Amino acid sequence: MSTYAYYPGCSGLGTSQEYESSTRAVCRALGVKLVDIPDWSCCGSTPAHTVDHLLSSALAARNLALAEDLDAAAVITPCPSCLTNLKVAVHRMSDREFRMQVNKLLDKPVDRSTPVKSVLQVLAEDVGPETVAEMLPHKPLAGLKVAPYYGCIMNRPPEVMQFDDHENPMAMDNLMAALGAEVLPFPLKVECCGASYGVARKDIVAKLSGKLLQAAEDLGAHAVVTACPLCQMNLDLRQGQASSAAGHKFQLPVFYYTQLIGLALGVPQSELGLSKLCVNPRLALDAMHAVQAEKREQEAKKEAAKQIHKAKAA
Amino acid sequence: MKIGVFVCHCGSNIGGTVDAARVAEASREFPDVVFTSDTMYACSEPGQDGIIQAIKDNQLDGVVVSSCTPRMHEPTFRRTVERAGLNRFMFEMANIREHVSWIGKDKEANTNKAIELTGIAVEKLRRDQPLFAKQFDINKRVLVIGGGVAGIQAALDCADGDREVVLVERESTIGGKMAKLDKTFPTVDCSSCILGPKMVDVAQHPKIQLYAMAEVEEIGGYVGNYEVKIRRKAPYVNWDLCTGCGLCMEKCPSKKSTDRFNEQVGSTTAINIPFPQAIPKKAVIDPKFCIKLTKGKCGICAKICPTKAIVFDQREEIISESVGAIVAATGYDLFDISKYGEYGGGRLPDVITGLQYERLLSASGPTGGHVKRPSDGKEPKTIVFVQCVGSRDKSVDRPYCSGFCCMYTAKQAILTKDHIPDSSSYVFYMDIRSPGKMYDEFTRRAMEEYGTQYVRGRVSMIYPQGDKLMVRGADTLMGTQVEVEADLVVLAAGAEAAVGAPQLAEKLRISYDKYGFFMESHPKLRPVETNTAGVYLAGSCQGPKDIPASVAQGSAAAAKVLALFAKDKLENDPMISLVDMKRCVGCGKCVRVCPFGAIKEIDVRGEPKAEVIETVCQGCGLCTATCPQGAIQLSHFTDNQILAEVNALCQL
Repeated sequence: MSTYAYYPGCSGLGTSQEYESSTRAVCRALGVKLVDIPDWSCCGSTPAHTVDHLLSSALAARNLALAEDLDAAAVITPCPSCLTNLKVAVHRMSDREFRMQVNKLLDKPVDRSTPVKSVLQVLAEDVGPETVAEMLPHKPLAGLKVAPYYGCIMNRPPEVMQFDDHENPMAMDNLMAALGAEVLPFPLKVECCGASYGVARKDIVAKLSGKLLQAAEDLGAHAVVTACPLCQMNLDLRQGQASSAAGHKFQLPVFYYTQLIGLALGVPQSELGLSKLCVNPRLALDAMHAVQAEKREQEAKKEAAKQIHKAKAA
Repeated sequence: MKIGVFVCHCGSNIGGTVDAARVAEASREFPDVVFTSDTMYACSEPGQDGIIQAIKDNQLDGVVVSSCTPRMHEPTFRRTVERAGLNRFMFEMANIREHVSWIGKDKEANTNKAIELTGIAVEKLRRDQPLFAKQFDINKRVLVIGGGVAGIQAALDCADGDREVVLVERESTIGGKMAKLDKTFPTVDCSSCILGPKMVDVAQHPKIQLYAMAEVEEIGGYVGNYEVKIRRKAPYVNWDLCTGCGLCMEKCPSKKSTDRFNEQVGSTTAINIPFPQAIPKKAVIDPKFCIKLTKGKCGICAKICPTKAIVFDQREEIISESVGAIVAATGYDLFDISKYGEYGGGRLPDVITGLQYERLLSASGPTGGHVKRPSDGKEPKTIVFVQCVGSRDKSVDRPYCSGFCCMYTAKQAILTKDHIPDSSSYVFYMDIRSPGKMYDEFTRRAMEEYGTQYVRGRVSMIYPQGDKLMVRGADTLMGTQVEVEADLVVLAAGAEAAVGAPQLAEKLRISYDKYGFFMESHPKLRPVETNTAGVYLAGSCQGPKDIPASVAQGSAAAAKVLALFAKDKLENDPMISLVDMKRCVGCGKCVRVCPFGAIKEIDVRGEPKAEVIETVCQGCGLCTATCPQGAIQLSHFTDNQILAEVNALCQL
């Protein structure tokens, strides 16, 4: 498997440490070799591109330039927001003039055009759910009903992101199915959770996230699975706020997809970081275990019935 | 040689920015010119009479008219000189309107340029030769491609005009899209009741030969004498024996076959008669689903058929037909609604197309005329119609308006209320386009009498919630977002060119636009003709059309065919290529480059030579540009004539 230049993003060091550590652990377990971009810096996040496209692109491009020395197959990042900034910078720099302006701001100019991908895209396309399924013949997450939630920017705008179906993405669905989980047809996969409005307008986030949680609950989900630190925070940390806005208590654990893959692959708890989740993940895992136990019991009964039948026949 | 030059003012069109009198005066200096004059309107009756008089008075051998584009009036003036006794090719035209007066304001410069263009025309005329058309016989049979309502109309009108008609239909029955409709707007009369009799007329008309389940494979020849090869697909049933009794359908155990007639709402049996009024009413086996043809076992239909019509080893066949004219009436297909991922078409069973909804409304449809939604068979109470799906949307490369969707949506909203009185309907629209007789009144009725809620705005997203569909959109009149909880969503899918239309256009050697619709000869004045003589258009193959427009065009195309067939002989255009045998080296390059198959290789005393088939040559000139020896010359545009024009321009 090729080597990938890894861009962790700022939230990986702060609010989403469990995403960061589980991503690294899952990549290691699946043979995806990550090399950190040396001296990487912030991509500019939302503030930069709301102020100045050139500045925003330069902040992102600095990291792309540093990654060139690693001779990697692609620059990859777990965070959709970082991904957007990196990809938009590449997209804008396809214009020669803009590229020259960006390079003027950088100590080390961007020479090449290294592809930028999400970790999810690498796991879904370069590793593939078939490989994951082969590694896990016992389907360790059987019985876990999950609602995969991609957020609004993982796949959009499609001409920039160029990954999966932008209205009905399936990458995470297929990976979860490979673990044995029961993947629910979540209709609001790419709906907005409210994003960074959590700071300025809590009420909007509470309403929008509440809608997502309600839809997942209506489908009978045990858990929501996400691939975005901000989505995860809004759905998990702010679940109480969403509950009070909806007048209905939600109790839905919200996992990073890497946590569930890691769990299935037997990654140690210290790296999974399940204890960092706000809504107790045990709610979902207990439900899953209950389903599994019931199934085992049924099978045992069937087996016993068979034995009795055999004995009688003898 | 004696040449006359006539300079036209075209009112102020030319006269405003060109000194026509000075052009006439200057032209007197050109060689062989013995008469010049300027005239207010050369094309008017007095203008033409003036030209005729001048020819007679001065014994002119040829005439130059400096006026507008030859596309406009070349035929007019050719007839004029012919009336004065000259050969029609002893005439040249200098375009001093489109090429001079309309594009520049400098009168001095314009006048000089007009003089130069007139000079060029004179030099060409000095080398013109009288040319004479050859006559050839017409085969007075017509091929109609496509058995929808436009093709049916064209076929019946031609047949009623006592001409033999060959009607080719791709499906196993004629009727096209109209046969799938429940009712028609704005009269709300039953579609199959008004179409059915016409279909029966086609079947019974002694002058019409119908080939269903057939496609045009190859077209050769030219106006008056086309040779057509038709590929007739195998229905695995001997249609001469099949009585259309339908016993085979009742007993067929394979019930998952694609139901094309019902727009894939549900499925049907592998052996199938599409609908009760089908013409021809004959059974067809779908080889993809027939158990006998896929697995070798079964054959129940063969056992049960009272006339022993089933033929499992039937093969497709190629039929040749000779015709003199062709009417293309291949209709349209629907936009693929799954291209709008946000609407869930193709993914959500209760998001359907307007045509699928017609089948749900139709008494002969899969639900017997009871509106039941595909997912669970429940009767929907809230129905949302979304207009302009694949119409007026650049993002899906469909910037054109499909024209009839506003009307059929209004009709479906009305019919919904008739079928389910306690239902409510919403229509999301951009604009309501209903410019036809009684059309706007009809859409108003849907709103005012039937209480259909019209919401002006686009739908952004459709997603399932429980067993409902949430339709989220904008109400741009209220300036708000709206969400409607629907049981069924009907997308008014726009029209696009029929599958295979560009390929057929290539066979017919007619032009088509970037969307695959066939191009008419002139958008206003020649709407059913094409640029290939003897090929006419009818219905939606030329652009989206409703039923009245399609029928009108079908009749118009038939009128054109009958007018063509009113003559016993046709004349070819003598501006064709001719081979100089002495120069031809028989390299065959011209044979390969000719797009019309008009050049053949012949043997002259053991040497290969090219020969032009005069009635097939269209005078495009490709061969003359290709010939390395200059052995092929295009009459009226010879190398000598063109070089004389260039020389004249360089010397002036």
